[in-house]
Amino acid sequence: MALTALFFYLFAGVTVMSGLLVIVARNPVHAVLWLILAFFNAAGLFVLLGAEFLAMILVVVYVGAVAVLFLFVVMMLDVDFASLRAGFIRHASIGAFVGLVLLVELIMVVGFRVVGKASDVVAGAAKAPASTGPVLTNTEALGRLLYTQYVYFFQAAGLILLVAMIGAIVLTLRHKEGIRRQSIAAQNARTPAAAIEVVKLAPGQVIVPSGERRG
Amino acid sequence: MSALAVYAPLLPELILALGAMALLMLGVFRPEAQEEAGRIMWLAVAVLLASGFAVLQGAGKQQLFDGAFVIDSFGRFMKIVVLVAAAGALVLSFDEMSERKALKFEYPVLVLLAATGMMMMVSANNLISLYLGLELQSLALYVVAAIRRDSTRSSEAGLKYFVLGALSSGMLLYGASLLYGFAGATSFEAIAAAARSPGAGQDLLLVFGLVFLLVGIAFKISAVPFHMWTPDVYEGAPTPVTAFFASAPKVAAMALFIRIVISMFAGVQPQWQQIVVFLAIASMLLGAFAAIRQTNIKRLMAYSSIANMGYALVGLAAGTVEGVQGVLLYMAIYVVMTLGAFAVILAMRRDGTAIEDISELAGLSKTNLPMAFAMAMFMFSLAGIPPLAGFFAKLYVFMAAIKAELYTLAVIGVLASVVGAYYYLRIVKLMFFDEAGQPFEPTLPKERAVQWVAMVLVIAFVLPIISAPLVEAAAAAARTLF
Repeated sequence: MALTALFFYLFAGVTVMSGLLVIVARNPVHAVLWLILAFFNAAGLFVLLGAEFLAMILVVVYVGAVAVLFLFVVMMLDVDFASLRAGFIRHASIGAFVGLVLLVELIMVVGFRVVGKASDVVAGAAKAPASTGPVLTNTEALGRLLYTQYVYFFQAAGLILLVAMIGAIVLTLRHKEGIRRQSIAAQNARTPAAAIEVVKLAPGQVIVPSGERRG
Repeated sequence: MSALAVYAPLLPELILALGAMALLMLGVFRPEAQEEAGRIMWLAVAVLLASGFAVLQGAGKQQLFDGAFVIDSFGRFMKIVVLVAAAGALVLSFDEMSERKALKFEYPVLVLLAATGMMMMVSANNLISLYLGLELQSLALYVVAAIRRDSTRSSEAGLKYFVLGALSSGMLLYGASLLYGFAGATSFEAIAAAARSPGAGQDLLLVFGLVFLLVGIAFKISAVPFHMWTPDVYEGAPTPVTAFFASAPKVAAMALFIRIVISMFAGVQPQWQQIVVFLAIASMLLGAFAAIRQTNIKRLMAYSSIANMGYALVGLAAGTVEGVQGVLLYMAIYVVMTLGAFAVILAMRRDGTAIEDISELAGLSKTNLPMAFAMAMFMFSLAGIPPLAGFFAKLYVFMAAIKAELYTLAVIGVLASVVGAYYYLRIVKLMFFDEAGQPFEPTLPKERAVQWVAMVLVIAFVLPIISAPLVEAAAAAARTLF
């Protein structure tokens, strides 16, 4: 138990600290790297909760895809982060005020309920792991739920992703003229007879190979 | 096969989704089909009609997927209105699609997918299915708003809609998470049961959740004070797209609004009633006053739609069967009037470019009398002048409000509609009494067909043979929620 608590505070502390560093880091590349560290520690928290599938998904999707994409964008775009941050400082007081209001609301709404029901929560937590029935791994259990009880939501989410894909293509794809595209079929169909040309060359004669004519 | 028969009530949605995918494949793999994009549009209209036919085959009340998806006569009524609105808007886009090639073949596909999302919204009986339906609809609409990507205004409209829509989705999700925290479940029935328990109205978690959820939906129906995006998006988006925006999504979001407050929050009526009353008053007043100074007809229609949502909410504020019946009738009539008015706006064309200035309508009665007459009928109807359909729509919602003893709301509503009548009648005056300008291009047959069908419906609504089945269907639909 003590070990779990130790790791919880380790992961949670590093998550909060690296989250803070994401915001204050001067160099945007460093900020993205701190973000990746935050993701890794959040994955660690998931492992502590026994949700190893979510932990792996977090690492694969967020670290593997999203954060790397961020890194690419940050490195490729010439975004003037210094001026962005100047605006941040100027509006910091407003932002802090909005944040404070939201925090007070959250405490008002949730705070007293948690205090009131803390005993129930503890009792529930003690009972929860004692569930019986066939032992399923996380992944198996998620899969069974996803394709039975939640199949409607699953399919609806698939439709939403289809719309996102169509949208991205509609709004950005442009068919440009005069582009040399790779045609794998044509490449595979190429035979030595079509590709090699045997030329008899008299001494002193110069020829231009047909392959170099394209420049 | 018997296992699949369980899903038979899902047929309308399946037809739409599979039809959209089939049309997408047709457009992608048959490049020559893109040349005649009009054909894809007609196929899309056929898919919408087939789906509507499937909706009409259903009967009774059924639940699917552990109650996440509900089919009842309220849902059927709203689905038919949504499908008719989407089909009408597609017919109006024919010219832009096939003659001027301004819209790509993906447009009807996205409209079909948006319609799928709207059907899911209408049938939603769970916070998760609510959100998924709403996002499917919204995401398709964001893309459609920006579909003319080489036009700065269209891109701006899409971006603005996207950013503000994402914000409203965030609010809605925050409210949904609070409600889940309150009830411990996401299904509407479980939340309704928890909300009926004594003292639930004082629970801050429920009240905050209710407010945030309604804010998210008020954004979708563009009720004041969540209306800011509407004029800009309506003006920037291509006109056929605006016609679509002003009709079908409003109906779906209103259906969601009704189902949430009537069936989910029945136990805390005083709490949601004050929100709906405020939204109604603010929308009616702002819609009436802000439209006066508009010079662009699409912006005018945007403010008109804001005001109309306010009038529809008057019926909902009553929270009675008559009130919901009034809202259903109001939405059905609103869709007909709006599509008719947009059929006229689309026909305002000179040398191949669309005209959007209201002053260009001057003297239309001398150059194109049928069109001027149709527009006059829509304007009279929107202003609520008897015996046109718009009068009966307002009559039903105001009567419901008076029966529920919301006298202040009804009086403000009537006063706002008097102010609103000014700018509708100004257009009639422009068309019939001002000096004629240059004539517009001849109206295309499809636009004329929509104009005439809508006009006949608006005028003939006074006859019981037209109105009685609609009123009866709306009453039956409203009763299923109580």
